[in-house]
Formats: sequence, C-alpha cells, structure tokens
Amino acid sequence: TTSASFPAIGGKKEKQRKKKPKENKTRTVHANILYDNAKGEENPNRNYANNKIKTTKYTVLSFLPKNLFEQFHRFANVYFVFIALLNFVPVVNAFQPELALAPVVFILSVTAIKDLWEDYRRHRSDQEINHMDCLVYSRAERRYVERYWKEVRVGDFIRLRCNEILPADVLLLSSSDPDRLCHIETATLDGETNLKQRQVVRSFFDLDCDFDPLKYNGIIECEKPNNDLNRFRGYIIHQSGRRDALYKENLLLRGCTIRNTEEAVGIVIYAGHETKAMLNNNGPRYKRSKLERQMNVHVFWCVIILLVMCLFAAVGHGLWMFQYGDKRPVFDVLSPEGTDLSPIMSAIYLFLTMIIVFQVLIPISLFVSIEIVKICQVYFIHQDMDLYDEETDSHLQCRALNITEDLGQMQYIFSDKTGTLTENKMVFRRCTVAGVEYSHDANARRLAMYQEMDSEEEDCTSHSGTLPRRDSVTSHQSARVVLRSQSTKSHRRTGSRAEAKRASILSKHTAFSSPMEKDITPDPQLLDKVNECSSQMDFMRFHSQPMSQLPSDLADIIDFFIALTICNTVVVSSPNQPRQKVKLTSTKSIQSNLLRVNKGSSSSSLITNRSSNRGCSSLLSSPSAESTLTKLDEEQPPRGLEHSFGPVPPCYNGKAWNLEDGELRYEAESPDEAALVYAARAYKCSLVGRLPDQVTVELPHLGKLSFELLHTLGFDSTRKRMSVVVRHPLTDQITVYTKGADSSGTTCANSLKIFILVSFIKIVSRTQNYLNLYAADGLRTLCIAKKILSKEQYACWLQHHLQAETAIQGREELLFDSALRLETNLQLLGATGIEDRLQDGVPETIASLRMAGLQIWVLTGDKQETAVNIAYACKLLDPEEEILTLNAFHSNFAPFEIYPSSSPSSSSHTTPFTVLRLGLVIDGRTLAYALDKSLEDKFLAVARSCRSVLCCRSTPLQKSMVVKLVRNKLKVMTLAIGDGANDVSMIQVADVGVGISGQEGMQAVMASDFALPRFRYLQKLLLVHGHWCYSRLANMILYFFYKNAVTLIFWYQFYCGFSGSAMIDQWYLIFFNLMFSAFPQLITGTLDKDVSAETLQQLPQLYVNGQNSEEYKPYMFWMNMIDAFYQSLVCFFIPYFAYADSDVDLFTWGTPITTLALFTILVHLGIETKTWTWMNWLSIAFSTALFFTVALCYNASCPTCYTPSNPYWTMQRLLQDPLFYLLCVITPVAALLPRYFYRACQGTLFPSPVQVGRQLDKLPTETRRNILSLSRVKAGSALSPKPPFLSLSKPSPKVMMLCVVCVCVCVCVCVCVCVRVCVCVCPVNPQNCVFVCEFLYGLNKRDITC
Amino acid sequence: MMASSYNAKEEDGHNSGASNNGGAGVVKSKKPDNTAFKQQRLPAWQPILTAGTVLPAFFVIGLIFIPIGIGLFVSSNNIKEFEIDYTGVDINNPCYNCAKNFSWNSTTPCVCSVPFTLEQPFESNVFMYYGLSNFYQNHRRYVKSRDDSQLNGDQSALKNPSKECEPYRTSEGQPIAPCGAIANSLFNDTLELYHIDSNGTRNTIPLVKKGIAWWTDKHVKFRNPGGNNNLTVAFQGTSKPVNWRKPVYELDPSDPENNGFINEDFIVWMRTAALPTFRKLYRIIQKKSSTTPTLPSGKYLLEITYNYPVLSFDGRKRMILSTISWMGGKNPFLGIAYITVGSICFFLGVVLLIIHHKYDTRNNSPDIPN
Repeated sequence: TTSASFPAIGGKKEKQRKKKPKENKTRTVHANILYDNAKGEENPNRNYANNKIKTTKYTVLSFLPKNLFEQFHRFANVYFVFIALLNFVPVVNAFQPELALAPVVFILSVTAIKDLWEDYRRHRSDQEINHMDCLVYSRAERRYVERYWKEVRVGDFIRLRCNEILPADVLLLSSSDPDRLCHIETATLDGETNLKQRQVVRSFFDLDCDFDPLKYNGIIECEKPNNDLNRFRGYIIHQSGRRDALYKENLLLRGCTIRNTEEAVGIVIYAGHETKAMLNNNGPRYKRSKLERQMNVHVFWCVIILLVMCLFAAVGHGLWMFQYGDKRPVFDVLSPEGTDLSPIMSAIYLFLTMIIVFQVLIPISLFVSIEIVKICQVYFIHQDMDLYDEETDSHLQCRALNITEDLGQMQYIFSDKTGTLTENKMVFRRCTVAGVEYSHDANARRLAMYQEMDSEEEDCTSHSGTLPRRDSVTSHQSARVVLRSQSTKSHRRTGSRAEAKRASILSKHTAFSSPMEKDITPDPQLLDKVNECSSQMDFMRFHSQPMSQLPSDLADIIDFFIALTICNTVVVSSPNQPRQKVKLTSTKSIQSNLLRVNKGSSSSSLITNRSSNRGCSSLLSSPSAESTLTKLDEEQPPRGLEHSFGPVPPCYNGKAWNLEDGELRYEAESPDEAALVYAARAYKCSLVGRLPDQVTVELPHLGKLSFELLHTLGFDSTRKRMSVVVRHPLTDQITVYTKGADSSGTTCANSLKIFILVSFIKIVSRTQNYLNLYAADGLRTLCIAKKILSKEQYACWLQHHLQAETAIQGREELLFDSALRLETNLQLLGATGIEDRLQDGVPETIASLRMAGLQIWVLTGDKQETAVNIAYACKLLDPEEEILTLNAFHSNFAPFEIYPSSSPSSSSHTTPFTVLRLGLVIDGRTLAYALDKSLEDKFLAVARSCRSVLCCRSTPLQKSMVVKLVRNKLKVMTLAIGDGANDVSMIQVADVGVGISGQEGMQAVMASDFALPRFRYLQKLLLVHGHWCYSRLANMILYFFYKNAVTLIFWYQFYCGFSGSAMIDQWYLIFFNLMFSAFPQLITGTLDKDVSAETLQQLPQLYVNGQNSEEYKPYMFWMNMIDAFYQSLVCFFIPYFAYADSDVDLFTWGTPITTLALFTILVHLGIETKTWTWMNWLSIAFSTALFFTVALCYNASCPTCYTPSNPYWTMQRLLQDPLFYLLCVITPVAALLPRYFYRACQGTLFPSPVQVGRQLDKLPTETRRNILSLSRVKAGSALSPKPPFLSLSKPSPKVMMLCVVCVCVCVCVCVCVCVRVCVCVCPVNPQNCVFVCEFLYGLNKRDITC
Repeated sequence: MMASSYNAKEEDGHNSGASNNGGAGVVKSKKPDNTAFKQQRLPAWQPILTAGTVLPAFFVIGLIFIPIGIGLFVSSNNIKEFEIDYTGVDINNPCYNCAKNFSWNSTTPCVCSVPFTLEQPFESNVFMYYGLSNFYQNHRRYVKSRDDSQLNGDQSALKNPSKECEPYRTSEGQPIAPCGAIANSLFNDTLELYHIDSNGTRNTIPLVKKGIAWWTDKHVKFRNPGGNNNLTVAFQGTSKPVNWRKPVYELDPSDPENNGFINEDFIVWMRTAALPTFRKLYRIIQKKSSTTPTLPSGKYLLEITYNYPVLSFDGRKRMILSTISWMGGKNPFLGIAYITVGSICFFLGVVLLIIHHKYDTRNNSPDIPN
C-alpha cells in the first residue's frame, strides 16, 4: 500500500494548493518547521492565534478610556456624571464644581481600582501560564528545545512528557506507549477524574522508530476553532494524496495532563485563545435578581419624586420672583452678567439647580453598597461549615455572585432525579437471565444493612469500633463488608479530618468505588449455574467440542455475564500505583512477535500485519478500511486459540493478581457501568484488562479469555444503549453485545419475534414482567442482548460504517444510522436491576422544602415506574395522595385526558382539585403534547393544583421547556437543580440554577449559579442563607431609599425663596451618604440575622416570607417614603422653631440639622437592626466619630476657604452650645417615635411569622424544642403552609400601618396646636405666635395677625 | 460589576493541575474555619420590639423629657425681651415719613424717634438687636456673593475680587471693597437709646459696640489689608460698595480696632442669617452695678437714623432688647417641644401598657401553638 513509507521532504513543499471555497469553514495546518527559513508572511499558519493568552481586559493605555466606557454602561453613573457636570454651568451650579465631582469620581474610582486589581491578577496568572516551559522542535537545532508556552505556534511540533500539562490543543502524532496511546486526565476541563485514552493519528500508527518531525509532510484540514470539547473532525492529507480521518480521540486538549505515557509528540492545531479550553471559558454569569428588578422600579419612582420636587421648587421660585415685580430687593442678586432674569427664566435655571441639590434622592452609593454586601454574603455562604462536604472536600460554590437574594424567594424547584436526589452510586440489586429471576436476597439484606448502619451510626457515634450484628445468612464477604463500611462510615460521619482526607483520596483514585458498590453478594442459585456452565465450557473446550452444544439457558447465562463484563468502557487499573494502567507490556510484545512469525509468510507487508493485529480502536474510531477488510479475509483458525488461550501472561507489571482482595480498580465513565462490572466479578467473571483492541476477561474454570474488540458504539442518550462488537474467542463468531434501556432494548428484541421460537417470546414477555417489577421497586433497569453476525453481514455493515466515519458533513447522523442498523434483531439475554440509593437526608430535605411552601417538580429521564417509586421513597409523593397519571397513548393524541389512578372523583378539570391532595405523574410523550401552545395553560392549571409533579422520560429539552413554561406563565421564581449534562439546559433557563458537583462531570456545575456537593445542602442554602440574604438586602435597600429621601433641603426652600439654597454645608451634603452614614448600613446589610439559623431550619414556614416578598413590598417603599417625609419634617422644623427669630447664621443653623439628621438615620437603622453584634456598635460609633472628627477638622482648617459656607469654627462653637445637645436629643426621639411605636405594636398585635420565629429564638432551648415539635405535627397535618399559631387573628398589616400613620399625623397636629396655644396663652412674645401661625396657616406670614 | 472577583486561571486549571502532581498527603483542606464570625454566630444582642419590651423606654423618655421641658420653659420665660417695630408702615408710626421718602441716594439722613415704655426692669446685661423680617439673606446667589480672601486682608483679592462678587465686583473701573451683594446691602440704620427719667430728661444709655461679633471672625477671618494702620492708604484704588454712603475705612473712624473690615457691625452683617426673619446683635448694654437694674422700668426713647429701606420688599425692621440665659435668647419652643414629646411618650407608653396587658401575655407562656 501507498502509505508504507514517507519520502523525506526537504524545504520545498507543494504550495500550489488550490484555494478551496470552503476555506472559511475549515482550518488548514501545515508544519511550521517547513517555513522556518521563510519570512513570516509565507507561513500559511501565520493567521492563526498564537499560544500567548491574554485574559486581561485592559492595557496600560486603554485602561482609563475602556474602563470608563464600561462603567458608563450603567445608567446611574451617566446620570451622576451629568449632574456633576451641570455644576460647571455657572447659572445653575449649586455646589463647587470640583466638589460635586467628588462622589462620582469616588464611586467610579472604587470600581476602577477593583477592576484594575482583578485585571492585574489575571495578568499575573497569564504571565505565569505564558511562561511555562514546553519542548518545541526546532529545525535549526534539529532537536526539541525549551520554549515558553507563549512562543508555541500553530503547526509546531511539541514533545510532552509524563505529568506535563498540555500548552495547546495538540494532534497526537506519536506516543511512547506500545499501543500508540496517550492517557490524559481531563479533570481540569470537565471534572471527570478517570483517565482518558487518546490515540495516535492512524497514519502514524505504524512507526517503529521515534517520530521525526523532519519527515512529516502532511497537511491537516480540520474544523474552525469551536468550544465543543467532545467534537473534533478533520483529516490529514499526506503528500501521497492519502487522507486519514481525524477524531477527537486524536486531539489532546489544552489544560489536560499527560499521564501514564512517557512521551508523546504532537502538532499544535489550536493555540492560545482558540483552544477548546479557552473557548469554553466564558466567565461568570450575570443575572438580575427579582429584588433588584423591583428596586429599579423604585429608583425610577425616586426620579419622578425628584422631578416633582424640582418642578415644585421651580414654580415656587418663579412665583417668589414674580411677587416682587420690578422692585428688585437687595438680596435678589443679579446674574453675574448683571442682567435681570425674568421669573420664568430663573425658574428654569432653578429647576436644573434643584436637580443638583436634590441628587441625593437618587442613591448614588446604593449600587456599590449592594455589590459590596453581596460579595460579603457570598463569602459567608462559602464559609458555612454546614455546606461543606468532608467526603469530597468541597464546599458550596457561588458562581453567579449577584443573585444570592433570589435564593430566598424561590417558589418552584425543578429537580433531576439521578445523581441529585439519589447518590448516583449504582448498586447491583438483582437480575433476570433467560427469563429466570434471581432475586439476590442476600444482596438485598446486605444493602439494607448499610442503611441501618447509616442510621445507627448517627445515633451512637462514640463506639464506632464495635461491630453491629453479623447476620448468619450473610457470607464471609458481607461480613467483610460490614467491617469496611464501618470504617468508611466513621470517616464520613465522625472521623477526624485526616481520616476523611485519606478516605477521600482513596476514593478519588477510583471513581465510584465505595465498598457498598463493589462487594456484591451473589445469588447462590445463579452462582451455581455459572460455575456449572463454565465448567462445561471448559470441558468442551478441552475436548474441542463446538460451543453451540451448550444448553441454551446456560449459554445465555455465560453470555449475559460476558456482556456485563465487556460491554462498557471501564478501564482497569491497579490500586497500588494509581493511574498506572496495567500493561501487558511483555506479553504483548511476545504475542505480537509470535504472530508476526506465524503470519510472516502470508502477509504482504509488515505494516498490514501489525495493523491487523491491533486493528481496532476504542470508542467510535475504527481500523482503516483496507486493513480491517484484509483481516476479515484472512484465515485464522489457529490464531484464535493461540491468541486467546496463550499462556497466562507471566506478570502484569510485576504484580500478582489477587482478585479476592479486590486489588483491581475499575474506572468507569458512568457508575452503572462500574456496578455491572462489579456484579459480574462477584460471579467470578472479572474484567482484568482493557486495551483498545482487546478485552481480557477471567472466567471461572476457563481462565483468561481475550476478546478481540472490533468496535465500540458508545452510549448516547437518543439511542439509549451501547454496543460492542467482538470476536468471541471460544466460538470465533463475531458477536454484538448490547445493553440499553429497556424500552429500546425490548423493542429491539421484540422485533426479533418473527424469527424466533415461541419459547423465546416467552422469555421476552417474562423478562418484561420482571422489568416492570424492578421498576416498581425503584430500580434502574438495563436489558442485555446479543447478536451473532456472519462475516458477510459484518463486512457489509462495516463498509457503511466506515463511510459514515470518514464523512465530514453530517457524520453524527450517519454514525447514528449505522449504529441503529447494527442494533436490530437482537437476542434478549436478560436484564439487570440496579439500585440507585437516595442521598442522605433527601426525604427530610424535600419535606422541609415543601413545608417552606416550595413546589417541587421532579424531571427525570427514567421510566415512569422507577421514577414514581423513587418519588415515594423520597416522600415526594405521599401514599395518601391521589396520583394523576397523564399518559398519551397514540402519537396523534392531541387533547390529553386525565384519568385518576384510583378514584373517579377527579376525572374532570372542573373538579376542585384543591380538596384532594394530588400528585401528578406525566411521561415524556405526553409532556410533548402538554407543552404544546394550545394545551400548556390547561396543563399548568392541572399541575398547579397538584402538590407534586413528576415528569418522567423527559428529554433535556423538555426539562428546560417545562421550567421555561412555569417561569413565564406562572411568573414565579424557579430553581433548577441537577448534576448531569442533561440538566444543563434546565439549569440555564431557571432563575437560579444549582449544580450538584457530583460524579457525572462538571457540565452542570459549569452552567450553574451555585454548585452544591449534595442535595440536602439545598435546605440550608435556601431556608437559611436564602432567607438571610433576601431579608438583609431587602431591608438594606428599603433603608437606602428612606435615608436618601430625608430631604431636609426641600423644606428649606420655603424659607429661602426657593432659591436652591442649602443650609447644610456642601461638604456634609456630598459626603453624608458616601461616608458618614455608609458603614452601619453595610454592617447591618451583611450581618443582620432576623431569625437564627436553627429556627429557620426547624420552621421552614418562615421561608414563605421571602416567597411572598414580604420584606420588600411596594407599599413598604411608599411607607418608607412617607416616614422619611415625616422624619425630615421633624428634623427640619424642630431646629427651625428652636432657632426662629434668633441671630443664628445659615451654617451654624445647618450644622445641627446635619448632625441630628445623622443621629436620626443611625437610630432608625438601630430600630431596624435585629441583631446587635459588636460590629454594629462599632460601626455606629465609628460613623458618629467620623462625622465629628471630619467636621471639627474641616471647621478648623481654613478661615477663608470653602466658600460660600465658610464654616470656620462653627462646629467648635456649637459644641459649647447647650441648645445643640438639646436638639440632638429631642429630634431623633420625636422623629422616630411613630416608627418605634409601630414596630412595638406590630410585634405585639400582628407579629409576622418571622417575628414569632425571633421570639422562639429567645426561649430556652428546651421549651423551644417542645414548641417546634408541636408545630411540626400541626403543620404536617394541616394543609396550609403556615402553622396555625403563626397566622394569629391578624389584621392586615397595611391597614394597621395606615392607622398608625393616621395616629401619628393626629399627634403631629396636636403638637402643633399645643405649641400654638402655649405660645399664644403666655403673652410674653407675640412674635413666636406669629411663627406658629405661619406654620399652621401658611407659609406667607405677611397677612397674618395673631 | 463589583461582584466579578473571578479568576480566569481557576477555570483554566493550570494551577490546580500543576499542584496536584505533588504528594497527595499535603492536600490542604478546604474546610471552612469554625469561627464565630465566619459561621455568623457572633454573640449578639437581639432586641425584640414588642409592647412589653418597648414600654419601659417610652416611660423613661417621658419621665426624662417632661422635667427637662419644664426647666427649659421656665428658664426661657425668665428671659426678658422687648421688641419694637420701627419700619413705619403705619401712618401713626414716627418713622412713617422717613420710610416713605426714602431713597438710597438722599444725602440728608432722616431721623425719627420712637418712644416706648418698659414695664419691667431688665436686670442683667441687655442685648440690643435689630431685627429684619422678610429679608432673604439666605438666598443662594446672595450667600455666595462675597470674597472671603478679600475680607481676610488679602492684597490681590482686594484689587481683584472673586468672580462670585459679580455684579458687585467693580464699580467705575475700580474694584469694590468689600465686594459682593452681602456687603453692598449692609444694614446702616443707627439706633440710639435714651432713658427718659421722671423729670423728662433724656439720658443716653451707653451702648457697647464691641464684642458683638464672634471672636474668631473678628480676629481670624476678618483682617484689614496691610494691618490696621492708615486704612485710607490701604484701601487706595478701591471703590466703596454702590449702596454705601461712606467707604469701608470710615465705618468707625473713632476706633481703628473697629474700622475697615474688622468693624463688628460689618462682621455681624456678613454672617448671613439662616431664615428670612432674623435678628442681629447690634449693641450690648452692660450692667453697671449689682444694685441697679441695667434698664429700669420706665420710659425710653429710641432714636433712629433711618437709612435702610425695607418697604420695597415688604420687610420689617425691629429693635429688640433682650437678656439672655444659658440657652440663649427667649424661645419657649424647645421647652414646649420637650414637654410635648415627653407627654406623647408617656401617653403612648400607657397605650402600650394596655396593649401589653391585653395581647402580649402569651409571649410569656410556652404554649404558643395552643
């Protein structure tokens, strides 16, 4: 064949490659060394990104403009800058322009510094990564030289050594591994801990000597860079014109680590930012929380209030001007130009001035404060010990940092089942072979014991050393199991950290291998049969009898176990050298040498021979067409035996096998694969080695058998099965073993009916019965089937398959069709039932989440019966409930009907569902109709009235559609939780996506906003942290609005001719929100706990608080505004009357007002603060101290500066004035009296559930526990989510609030009247009376006579 | 924006990959520290606002505030104050004519005398104020219209006043000293007080014109350019404010310590009032001996050199005589406010007491659910 040798290529290279029209769709990679001498422009790879990564956003020059540009995307920033700039217009300016810029500049620079710091960190890590070393082939030196990563370019040859990290996406061209494999660990990409095999490109498979880059002459055509980790397509064109397809198995991805392979050489295909790892890295997600959406509405309202106030002032000013007419008073200063402004013009100017003066109404620091508080909240969630999982040494990750408060407002939870509710630790439970059920009772008992031990150990953790019972029935194996589980359990539960660490390290080495999964007690009956069968086979082999004489049921049994053992992608490794694949090094070479000698005469060339020997690849790849076909033509009766029954390899890396001690470790991609392999091992059918082209199995009596692996058709979710094509060593037949979900499995088997005897139909139907039984027990079922292919059939199929594989366009579909063609007419061998145990605390979590008023829907791909049973097990469905099952029967079944499973009472839509407690079960096919536009409303109506909903057999797309439907139609907050790739779409659609960082890779975690180690942590995350985050933030936002709405200056406008004058020094005015009153609210916003964590968890009903947005209702905003209005009145008018008609000057009067406004605001915060830690005290003290320090320094600093206030020595004088202190005492008291009184009344008359919870906190623990247990019982029996005592006879808080406000207003009026009477009765000073009258009857006092 | 403390490196995984190669024994646990702060278990005081808990606070506030209020009210009432309006709106007012015929430019000062009677003697030092009503000294543009550097004696500011003084910055090509609208509108009535004893003779009451301004203003903020010697030279090349009759260095020719920018009447005026009705300290009548009252009861005559126009903007001018106490001038408001707030607190405390007795009992019993 043509590929036998490569002509050595010099510097000259064919450049006349025609420009293809699809150039833009593909990437062409040439070897760089060919162009070393040429100028850069001639290198065809020059346009591709180099390997230097730059994740920074800015450069030194671009930082300022770019960062500012980004910040101005936030509207608020633009607004504040606009206002600050307005100050530069002399006609309208209110403050010193430079000073007015200060807050904006401060806010912008804080953000900019933070951005800069982050960018610098990124830059440093980039530098570090860019300066890592790797070996790149240099043509000049004719060897590999050390280069920095950033110098690597597309087309470079690089040499990789063991444990090195890949610098770029590299096409594997050579490997020191005799199988031309390279093992990589992809944990950093997808979190999967098992090793993956990668393969040298086929054309370079056969090089005996080391790969010489100088001899490379191929051109690689491949896809444009994309972010799909699991796809790579392309081909390599050799100079000879031969094309070889490239697969993802040939590509080593950046960021992976080379393992178990001494050396590998590859050519860089994608570099730097075009690598798949970098393309997948798309940073954190930004979502806007519900609270923030509400808040933005109110910011908008603030703007409107602001405009109204400005308009009011402007009109007022116009009128004030107008009343003087032409007689311009001395105090009405002309404009700087000396021109006389008309009232209208000055009103317009004043409008703009007022916008500046009142800018504090729009809280400039709100956005920054919210972000600071959220960062702190995320920090605390991270630090929570209860959310830390010792077993995996992982804690909760917040990936989306700005939706913490959404956690407190969830209404619907959409959960995946497998891996989320269950452990995804698959345990083999029972099986049926050839229509006979083997119940594995002992195994069931063993599993039950684990469960008991779990609970037992929770009770008595102290003496974990004592052994519990040793069941007489259990075999010696299960006794050992007890011991083992005891030890691991103690690690998990109570053990020291070091022990747990050790356990977790151990478990890391082999994926999914707790003893519970590994040690399976075989069913004695089945074990006997296996033994009998294999001894018979041994006998037959010994006597060279054909295997077909075996009784069919026994043959089925042995086939069944062989299928379990080999129909998977499990990799075998030895535990003492973790990650070291057990290599058949010596044997292998001996064998191949032997074979070479044997067949040396018959084969045309060495290369074909070798390729026939290891002509198979793992997974989807396949041998090249010609070699496989040649192989099929070969005669090989002698080879078969010799190959498979060759002497047992003398050593496997010098280690003796000891199966009983379980020294083999299986690394599986999914836990059910491992479970099946362990199950087979219990029957002495153990997988001992897997190579890309062969699987070695050890069978009882028969010893080691090597199955030549011709093909692996990997599992995919549409086919729901996987197949292997092997050459059976005993019968030498080409056999297809398939395992798959029963719906697909049995239908395939069913289609076989035409050919098969009646007895076989019986097997199928019996098996089907058992399958139903298994599903009813909540087991995951898999069907095992096989099929024997004749050589012709195989050759025919192979032809098509190879075509499919080499196609670039539409390869997936072609491969799918090809797989389907193979997986028909299968013979059913049996079925397995695998138990997927519930995670710890799932039923409790679900129960308490439900008590918290959360609707829980489970969306699973499992079959209905399994799902329903798991649902019962985790208390999602209740036996007392009516179950509505929606199943569509026909594909043209448009309107679905509802039929109740037991009672006919709820057979129509009109029945009031709420009377009954309903659970809804719907399957995927029906779901497809239910999600149809015309039916979705009906579906939702039904689903809403049900307590729980279970969707089974749903596809990932359907999952996300359900979430989207509920979210959009019901306008509720949704949370989706899942662990697998099939949950990603659902996680992305929901308001909050939670990923379980479990065992099925990292896709779900990558897509999620929060990643949890276990499902049960959801309880604390939502009920405690969600509640806290929500109530803290809601209260802080409300407080912010209140604080900014205390607009004292507005009232002053009535006394300064609406001239926009401010009695508060501009420094105080500008820094008030930014400095003086900023810290306490941040501390409260971060640390305040309305109810303790214990109570929140024990009383999930409190969560309803957040669901109904009780802490942040629109009326609360308005109430706060009214309160702020009232407080500003008090804060303004008490000093006003206290200083009325005195010789006080403008700023000596304004400074006390500032001070007492600060006190009022701080005490207000104090009323709203629920927990006072030393930090709260400190922050308030700090704020006060800061204000006085700043004021004193400021007032002492410069006698002539700071026009116009010129506050020299003002504060110092005030501090000597008793009036100042008297004012500072009375004003906050008078201002906060209504709120304090209201809070007290509310606490007594109509306490919110949260307040009751706080009262419970205060009770001694003993009484509290009694009350809680009582309430729990009550809540459990009552339908309402609130226990009765929480919903006392309470009047609507709104009404009560209004009443209190009315009372307050009345009190105010009374005070005023009192003042008036007092003043007027004592006739000493009629002037005072005039002032009171002025206040009471109007603002213009000229016509008033008292 | 702030929340993106995100590191690309972690995602890329180079670090973790490199560090994991080492021995597995030294893996650092990610377990969070069990500290009270990190676990949010800081010791805290958790007040619960209910009628029962809040009740004492109300009573305590009431009990403290009412006595304070009474004290304030009494001490305010002990202050003697006398006020007389001399604007001359009313035709019967002696100053009616002066008020009517006023113009800024008239050269002959208009003098009017207002007789009044003090019913009670003023015992301690008496402060004499002039009061203006409806005069918006707090207008935004008015407040700004001054140059503090100039007033501080800065030579360059004297010759080149701040832009803020516009349009009272220059006059006839010369810089105005003191510039600005505040200075321009300086109150320039002269008030003199006579005691008319039983035989009808007028005794001039000595009025002290020093010590009426803040010490810091007089000695720190306000300074004459080039010291206090020969102000005429110092103010050479400047122009007097438009409305003034005489230049700034003739404000008080008798006393160089009270002349020019450091004239105390001027300093007092420059401290702009907070509210449109205000008073400013004009003179102090010092107590002569402990036996006789400062102002015995009887007839008095106030003689006014009527210069300052207020009728154009409907203003009023008053003369006020007042004694002061530790809390300043006469103002019963604060006392009343304390009494009122105290009473309201007391009243609300009673309301809460009732509420507490009616509704709040169950908080003390553990059987809430029942």
